[in-house]
Amino acid sequence: MSLPLESVAALRAQLRAGEIRPRDIVAAIRERVEAHNPALNAYVHTDWDAACAEADRADIALPLGGIPVAIKDVIAVRGQPCTCGSGILQGHRSIYDATVIRKLRGAGAIPAGRVNMDEFAMGSSNENSYYGPCRNPWDTSRAPGGSSGGSAAAVAGGLAVVALGSDTGGSIRQPASFCGCVGLKPTYGRVSRFGLVAFASSLDQIGPLAHNVEDAALILGAISGHDPSDCTSVDRPVPDFAASLEGGVKGLKFGVPKEYFIPGMDPAVERAVRGAIDHLAREGAEIIDISLPHTEYAIASYYIIAPAEASSNLARFDGVRYGHRAKDPADVIDCYARTRREGFGSEVKRRILLGTYVLSSGYYDAYYLRAQKVRTLIRRDFDRAFASCDAILTPTAPSPAFRLGEKLDDPISMYLGDVFTIAVNMAGTCGISVPCGFADEGGGRLPIGLQIIGRPFGESTILRAAHHYERTTPWHRERPPI
Amino acid sequence: MKTDYEPVIGLEVHCQVRTRSKMFCGCRTGFGESPNALTCPVCLGHPGVLPVPNREAIVRTIQTGLLLGCQIDEYCKFDRKNYFYPDMPKNYQISQYDMPLCRGGGVTLDRFSFPKDAQDSPEASARKRVHLTRIHLEEDVAKSTHFDTTSGIDFNRAGTPLMEIVTEADIASPEEAFAFLTALRLILVQAGVSDADMEKGQLRCDCNVSVRPRGQKAFGTKCEIKNMNSISGVRRALAYEIARQIEVVSAGGRITQETRRWDDDIGQTSTMRSKEEAHDYRYFPDPDLMPIRTTDGLLEEARARLIELPGARADRYTRDLGVTEYDASVLASDPHLARFFEAAASGASNPKGIANFLLNDLLSALASSEKALSECPVQPADLRELVGLIDAGRINSKQAKEVFREMFETGAAPAAIVRAKGLEQVSDTGAIEALARQVIGAHPGPVQDVRDGKASALNFLTGQVMKLSKGKANPKLASEIIARMIKGDPLVR
Amino acid sequence: MGKVEIDVAYVAHLARLELNDGEAEAFQGQLDGVLGHIAALGRLDLEGIEPTAHAAPIHNVFRADEPRESVPESDALANAPLAANGLFITPKIVE
Ligand SMILES: [Mg+2]
Ligand SMILES: [Zn+2]
Repeated sequence: MSLPLESVAALRAQLRAGEIRPRDIVAAIRERVEAHNPALNAYVHTDWDAACAEADRADIALPLGGIPVAIKDVIAVRGQPCTCGSGILQGHRSIYDATVIRKLRGAGAIPAGRVNMDEFAMGSSNENSYYGPCRNPWDTSRAPGGSSGGSAAAVAGGLAVVALGSDTGGSIRQPASFCGCVGLKPTYGRVSRFGLVAFASSLDQIGPLAHNVEDAALILGAISGHDPSDCTSVDRPVPDFAASLEGGVKGLKFGVPKEYFIPGMDPAVERAVRGAIDHLAREGAEIIDISLPHTEYAIASYYIIAPAEASSNLARFDGVRYGHRAKDPADVIDCYARTRREGFGSEVKRRILLGTYVLSSGYYDAYYLRAQKVRTLIRRDFDRAFASCDAILTPTAPSPAFRLGEKLDDPISMYLGDVFTIAVNMAGTCGISVPCGFADEGGGRLPIGLQIIGRPFGESTILRAAHHYERTTPWHRERPPI
Repeated sequence: MKTDYEPVIGLEVHCQVRTRSKMFCGCRTGFGESPNALTCPVCLGHPGVLPVPNREAIVRTIQTGLLLGCQIDEYCKFDRKNYFYPDMPKNYQISQYDMPLCRGGGVTLDRFSFPKDAQDSPEASARKRVHLTRIHLEEDVAKSTHFDTTSGIDFNRAGTPLMEIVTEADIASPEEAFAFLTALRLILVQAGVSDADMEKGQLRCDCNVSVRPRGQKAFGTKCEIKNMNSISGVRRALAYEIARQIEVVSAGGRITQETRRWDDDIGQTSTMRSKEEAHDYRYFPDPDLMPIRTTDGLLEEARARLIELPGARADRYTRDLGVTEYDASVLASDPHLARFFEAAASGASNPKGIANFLLNDLLSALASSEKALSECPVQPADLRELVGLIDAGRINSKQAKEVFREMFETGAAPAAIVRAKGLEQVSDTGAIEALARQVIGAHPGPVQDVRDGKASALNFLTGQVMKLSKGKANPKLASEIIARMIKGDPLVR
Repeated sequence: MGKVEIDVAYVAHLARLELNDGEAEAFQGQLDGVLGHIAALGRLDLEGIEPTAHAAPIHNVFRADEPRESVPESDALANAPLAANGLFITPKIVE
């Protein structure tokens, strides 16, 4: 029997009608994974027996009762490996559940399988993984994006119903754009970070990747809310996101920032995004020109703040309490230095060095403090913009999926690819990427994403806009060739 | 010509804040549990965990700051101090860098905080104030045990709230350092903010010490001494180190800046780390923790818990209650004793006498029966009454001791005991005169001796009167009456 | 923010990170390039601008001083590369 794995609503209907059992969904996912994971390398760990056992206990009356969720390898699930795509955490199993996992379980969902990622969420291609690159289901010679590449590829390739990812500078939205699925980065503080292995603490947020906007809304609703275990989580009521999807775009005012349509951007991306904007206008939305003048400084300040925080966050990986330890260390310092040399990949080392440098004696004011001030300017840009519009429309990424290996030795060009997503993290607000067209590349087709940026805690508005866009366009129904 | 050198000392005191749970997680704080029994993903620094600050530790730190006269800023924050060490679960310590909870303040050194052998020195009566730079709140590290080729780490202590109290380079002698630590410890314990038990590692102290020719402004090169586990150890270590530095410098040598370890058994400091690695802690605000606004309830709560400092209390006892300086310092140094004393002295005409009886008779009775003050069978009001009976001349001091013994055994009120035992001292002049007449008639020899000016003979006759009265006569009165009668007071015959 | 060159060896030591052969040179060039890009921030006038450390302007987020169960010893030591007698074992720490 073929199950409607691309829709939580459809699966719930069948579950409630008694046509299928939760373990049938797990079995169907397993079948897809066994068939296609060798080509995609989206999952890095699975335990189907445990997932089936959990499925058998699932209460299908709950909002996500019996729905399996693929988990990015950076979120702790008790008893499961949590390796962050890194060699340094090989063999590590979490001894506790992340808050989002507790919440998902509370809603009846089953954390099923751990998906690939750039090591410690550092990267935009999923090539920086101990497990090797994950591949884009639309073209396996291309990157799925990153760092939540495994989450996006699993969903887009039909290897997962929905997935959790994490987004520090675009790590949910950019892979969603590259793989042709929906990816939402919630407002900072909306979703608890407890149990999310920190990359850059002041920027990280967990969010859903899904086949459609409704599923993303359902998952977001399940994982949102104040958590006393996370001081940065905000005590604010969680709206019923799924219920606020209807309502269309009439009366909504969208801002289009001139800084986001830059020379050198891929013409197919520009065409698709302009097309989406025109479409929303035809659907009754009002479109206005806006400016986010400090956009050009977002990447520079991000590449101070994120590595600085990361250099400190990753200091705990030292081979003392868990994870890899170098053999026969001469002394403690040798043990640390070799453990970390052997355990970390190049990109992680690069960022640790950069972050250590910008915090080191005499440089704090010139780098970290300065970057935090720039962050203030970026936030003000958004505040000013949201005084005149309800949401902002931009491309998610300047290009469709690039080839694996293409940017590997050029970190700057890789970093510049995050130009449209990073400012959202710096401002701490929310953004969603939805499929808005395709680029024709060498006989194949590559998805393109439209980013809709919302006010802080304005997820309902961007979900509603994205849902209307999705309902009135064909893009999300397209399936990759695998 | 021999140059005269003076030491310059500054202290960094780490003190565990008394809380039930750790600073950033819910694990119990405790001592003596089996290794790693008091740990969780947070205090083990597992991937993905986040800290949540213990409000109580913050209030107690502010409380300490208020007691020590510190300035409490409206905004404070937590920072990360980054350095690698196996006893630190995250390889950074959550601490406070440029916005600590408390700034400034100080501790006044009272005479009785000095070591006994130094209490009569001029510096002990100078009432010097040692100034503080700051007090900040951080998390304690784990405990390491060292074996032949390995070390073992127990994270039970890791994450215990820790106040770091930093003094200015204000301390001029090992004795002042001793007095500072004694006075500080007393305040911390009395305020209930810390148990400050040095043996349990709840109070730890690092000393920075240098010497310079007396009169010179510039500081000499300093050394840091670690590993002292008693206040007297600090004094000994400083004395040794100061002598060592003076010897080096006066021989024309140079002090190398280094960290030295104190070995209390052999009484010497020795080099611990000579090539001091340049510290580069890469402090930055901890992004996992929100800023602290002290005016939002915290200060208010800390203020409500303020206690009278022992020094101020002792001053009040001497000034307002006439208690001797020594007795006042003893009473003020123990909050339970002070509370008992104040209850007993309330409304009393002779607080000084109460203090005296309390510190001598009551404390020794408690000691010999191995009872704590809280188990004392004698109530403060009864002690007041007993001293009142003595002062009124209704019982003499010998009788008072007997009454007290009975009070301590039975818990009965002194008046009742005096009545039951028929102990009431006879101060009735007529009754004593009758006895005195009897004694004078019976002992003509001693009577003549009194006339000849022999004081011991008067004591003998008084003793005879006491004997006849079965000890109830007021001895002072009896002695006066005998003397008057022998001198031929016409009223007698 | 003028022309900066990162001292890779010093920074790597601070980060307790030994580098593989060739990494030091590769990182040197790449990080100098990134720092060159970052230097663009030097163009901004940031006089009087408050730094943003947190996305949400909230303060005083605490917990009450209530003890909670610790984890069983088996969990605490479950991932330890080396443990004995309930302790995590490291190479000898020389102070
Ligand atoms: Mg400290
Ligand atoms: Zn704990």
